[in-house]
Formats: sequence, structure tokens, C-alpha cells
Amino acid sequence: MSQAINGAGGVDGATNGAANARRQLMAIGVLAFLVFLVFPALLDPFRLGMVGKYLTYAFVALGLVLCWGHGGILSLGQGVFFGLGGYCMAMFLKLEASDPISTAIQSTPGIPDFMDWNQLTQLPLFWRPFRSLAFSLLAVPAVPCLLALIIGVAMFKRRVGGVYFAIITQAIAAILSILIIGRQGWTGGVNGITDLKTLHGWDLRTDHARRILYFVNALLLFGAIALGRWVLGTKLGRLLVAMRDKEERVRFSGYDVANVKVFVFVLAAALSAVGGAMFTLQVGFMSPSFVGIVPSIEMVVFAAVGGRESLVGAVYGTLLVNWSKTYFSEKFPQLWLVLMGALFIGVVKVFPRGLAGLYESHGRAWLAAVRERLGRLLSGEGRRITPGPPAPASVERPEP
Amino acid sequence: MGGYSLGELKSILVMQGFNGLSLFCVLLLMALGLAIIFGQMGVINMAHGEFLTIGAYTTYVLSTASARYAPWFHTYYFFFAVAASFAIAAAIGYGVEIFLIRPLYRRPLDTLLATWGLSLIMQQAFRSTFGAKEVSATLPDWLMGSVKPTENIDIPINGMFVMGLTIVLTASIVLLLYRSRWGLSVRATTQNREMAGAVGIDTRKVDRLTFALGCGFAGVAGAAFTTIGSTGPTSGSLYIVDTFLVVVFGGAQSLIGTIASAFTIAQAQSTTEFFLTGSVAKVLTLSAVIIILMLRPQGLMALKVRR
Repeated sequence: MSQAINGAGGVDGATNGAANARRQLMAIGVLAFLVFLVFPALLDPFRLGMVGKYLTYAFVALGLVLCWGHGGILSLGQGVFFGLGGYCMAMFLKLEASDPISTAIQSTPGIPDFMDWNQLTQLPLFWRPFRSLAFSLLAVPAVPCLLALIIGVAMFKRRVGGVYFAIITQAIAAILSILIIGRQGWTGGVNGITDLKTLHGWDLRTDHARRILYFVNALLLFGAIALGRWVLGTKLGRLLVAMRDKEERVRFSGYDVANVKVFVFVLAAALSAVGGAMFTLQVGFMSPSFVGIVPSIEMVVFAAVGGRESLVGAVYGTLLVNWSKTYFSEKFPQLWLVLMGALFIGVVKVFPRGLAGLYESHGRAWLAAVRERLGRLLSGEGRRITPGPPAPASVERPEP
Repeated sequence: MGGYSLGELKSILVMQGFNGLSLFCVLLLMALGLAIIFGQMGVINMAHGEFLTIGAYTTYVLSTASARYAPWFHTYYFFFAVAASFAIAAAIGYGVEIFLIRPLYRRPLDTLLATWGLSLIMQQAFRSTFGAKEVSATLPDWLMGSVKPTENIDIPINGMFVMGLTIVLTASIVLLLYRSRWGLSVRATTQNREMAGAVGIDTRKVDRLTFALGCGFAGVAGAAFTTIGSTGPTSGSLYIVDTFLVVVFGGAQSLIGTIASAFTIAQAQSTTEFFLTGSVAKVLTLSAVIIILMLRPQGLMALKVRR
């Protein structure tokens, strides 16, 4: 089984270049068509907002495709970076929402309401720079990147990897969520930072604003996909895959494996942070429920379901898992956890290459068959053919 | 720290020390099973907490059943419950190894995800069977009450019982590992899998037994757990991260290291807990562990292993 994954991964994007690149571009085109045209045209504002929310998780999944799918580094703490990015954004928005006039009934006007409830009388020092939009926008990627850099350098330079890295990142997710919940006065506790209203006077809560944010988010997402594709296409991308499959050999060839790992981990953190900030802007709050262990590991499943090596697949995977999560937890709340568990097991045992892999092995052949039949139907021959076996067996098989 | 007299401080230290020992026992009981699974096979079992819950629910079922149908038996049921917890958890573990773990030996990260999925399914199964509310086993009378050596010190009997159970269990693992045929093959497999196979040890069989045994120990931990807390569908998973840190911090292949690290973490946490709030204490302890691990990735006590 491992042979199959690694073998297929090595081929992916590396050897059969031109045709593969064209297929990937096609896949991105189809996704763009869905995200930019189909969803906004068909869905009502509420549903569109939900898709927008799911698409912010897709940033995390993209990061995981880079660092886990290609680099072999499984981080179970991506929620930390998503959350930090989101909190940086939320802190700015909260400060803007709690100007002295609208918070006049508090005992200390001008500070966020939850601080007032926790008997704080002045703004904590680390909140102050977040009055500036420029600083906040800078902090959104910078703070998570800095944390990722520290973790990455400390771990990878000492050649800690694999399951140890996974466990330690998971513990970091636990620590951060305990910290946020524990320091209510600074962070809003379990409820998180809520009641965000405007961005530089621009009301975020209207349908119109949400629609614009949806498109901004989608543009950023495709920017992230392009960035990911570019990184994977460079020598660094090749090194990543090589490192995943035979780390020692890469090291003996004279490359500094640790630097490559640190880079891809920081990149994944930055992507997650952008997703977190976009989440805050679109949904209007940020809470520790996106930081801890459970959300972090669920984000891994988004990437795994999509196909851990496929950037576009990660977006589809995120959409699919979240859609089914919303659907099942509304209709059959008991079933959802079992389904989620089965998904974890299935994605590992039955279809380790996720949706992208399923498409490669079944979808493309099916599409080819459909296209052929459609072609026949349109040219008028379809009607004359007596109904027999639906498609010749040779069509079912993908082209060699 | 002001406001306490010297005598009171001493009592606080003793009581908190004892609380730390209770936490130490729970952590150690869970970590022991995990340590032999992780240390020997390199398998991350995220569902380990759920095996603890299996043990806890087994005890609960036996306690209610004996209270209803055989009151005379209720005094002694607990010993029976410990054995039953072990047997059931080990049997389920054996099955899990065959169906889930074995095909994934060369992909440890995938094992981690698959066992996480298993833990979700098991949690839902507990919730559907026993309800979302926490349940607690009724303890036999001899486990109730407490000992009062001085006026300010109050040591509960169930805590002492758990401690005794921990000692017995630890001793039996040490004996099994270092004085039995099975232990010999386990240690051989840990140190050099290929070579162990070459001299005729069926390493796959060793793996199966080890996994079942580790799960069985988690079941016993669950039985012990019922004496000091109530059981809910997710009570096992609350400890899983701490337990993994204990194992990693101790040095994955070292049993002594596991014991030492469980002791350090538990004591550090419960002592800081008294003076600071619970969440800050936990954050401090976990952060300290992670920082130490960053400086010394091999853990407290490392065993020389050929990879």
C-alpha cells in the first residue's frame, strides 16, 4: 500500500509533465468556475456565506497538502495558526467595534466588552498595536509564522519528525486553547471575540459586504493555489517529495533537510493564518473552538479526503467534508461522529489518495465515456443504436 | 503564599503531593499501556483513551449488575471487574490490531489518523449505549472514607487503593518484560526487528500480543479510574494528549523513563495547581515539557535502538 502511494506521488507532477500540467490547470479552471460563478449564482446569501466559511478552512487544507502530502510532515496543530490569524484580525475589529461612544454603558468605556466583564480597567499591552489596521494585517501572517518558525527550527534542526512532531504540535494546540479559555479577560474565553461590526467604517454584516468578502476570499484562495503550484514546481518542491520518500538520501546529497522542512511548515502556517483572518471577517467572530485538538485534526481530514497530494483536491475535500458535516449533524446528530470516524479510517485504508485519487482511477474514465456518448447523441447516431452494454470496455479504462 | 502558617503549608504540601500521586497513578496506568505499544511497535494509538473508557464502563456495568442481582457479591465485585476490564479491552485490542493496525505498520502517521477515527466511533458507541451523561460505579464500602493522620491531612482510601493497583500493575509489567519469554522477544523486537525475526521470533505475533496487552492495561486503568471519578463517553480522550506527552517525555522505549516522567508531570501540575488556577498550571506544565523536549528530543531516558 505504501508503495502505491509513494510511487503515485513521485509520478504526480514530476514525470509526465505537459499532459499532467494541462490536467491540473483544467481542474483549477473547473473549480474556479464553481467558486466564482456557480455558487454565487445559485446559492442564497446564507448558503453562500457557509461556502465562504468552508473555503477559509481550505487554506489550512492547502497548507497541509504542502507540508504533509508532499513534505511528509504531519502537523496536528494547524488550528493554532488558523486561530492566531483569526484572533489577530478579530482583535483589530473588536477594538474598532468598542469605541468609547458605543461602550459608554461600561464601567470603563473604550475597551472590549468582555474585558469590562472581567474587571479589567485598561487595555492589555499586547492589544494596543492592534488599533492599527496596517499592524493587524501584518500580524495576521507574521505572528503565526513566527511561532511556526520557532517550533520548526527547534524541532527540525534536532531531527525530530514523524509522529513525535505530530504529538508535539497537538500538545501545542491543546496548550493554546487552554490558554485562550483560561485568560478570559484577555481573550474573551470560551465565547471568543464576538460582535465584530465594521472594518474601517465598512459594515461587515450586510449581505453585500459578505458577498464582496466571499469573492476576496475566493481570489486569495486561488492565489494560494497558484503559490502552492509554483512552490511545488520549483526545485524545492522536488526536494520536498524526495525528502518525504527518502530523507537520509536527500541529506547525504548535501541538502539541508531541516531548512526545507522549516520553510514548508512556515508556509503552511501562513496560509492557515490567512484562512483564519478571512474566517473572522466573513463569519464575524473567532473562538477557541477553532484552535484546539479536535478542529486541528479535522482539518487534516479535509486534506486527506481531497487527496493529500492534490491542491485542488484539498478544496473539494474541505467543501465535501464540511457540507456533509453540516448536513448530517443537522439531520442525524448521532450518525455524524461515526461517519467522521469511518472517514478517517477509510481515507487511510480504502482510498489513501482521496478524491483526487478516485478521480484519477475512476472519474476520468467515466468522464471520457460520458463525453463519447454525448458526442454520439449530439451527432444523431445515439438514437439508432440499440440499447446494449452501456459503453465498450476499452473506453472504461484510462488511457495508458 | 502569605496567610498560611508553617504547619498549614506542610499539610498543603502533603495533600497536594497526594493529589499529585493520584494524578500520577492515572497518568502512569494509561502511559504504561501506551508506552509498550508505542515504544515497541512505533504505533500511535489515539484510541487508547477509549480502551480506558471500556474498562471504566465494564466496571460500571458489573457494579450495577451486582448491586441489583447479587448484593452479597458487591463487596468483592471490584476485583472481578478489574479482571473483566482487562480481558474485554485486550480482546477488543486484539481485534483492532488485526483489522486496523497491521496493514498500516509502515505508515505510522496514517495509523494515527485511523486510530483517531476509531476513537470517534467508539465514543459514539459509548454515547449510544450508556447515554451522554456521566455515570459512576457504586463503590463497595471498604473503598469509601478516608484516613486522617493529623487534623489537616485527609487521605481518601480509594486514592490509596488506586496507588496500590498502580504498583501491582507496574511491577507485573516489569516482571513480564524482564523475566518472561514474551518480554525477551518484545525487547529483542524493540531493539532490532530484523534480527529478532532472523533468530526465529515471530515479530508479528509479538506485536499482536503487545498491542492486546497494552489495551488490556488501559482497561485496568479504566477500572481504577471509576474509583476516583465518574465515567462519560469522552473521559478517556481527555487524558490522551497528556499521556502521549508522558510517554514521549520519558523516552519512548524506556519504562523507567515513563514512570519518572509521569511522576514529574503529575507533581508539577498538582503543586502549581494549588497556587495558580488550574488552566495556568496545566499550560505551564505542558509548555515546560515541550520546551524540554525541544532541547532534548530523545526524552528523559533514551534507550539505544537500531532504527
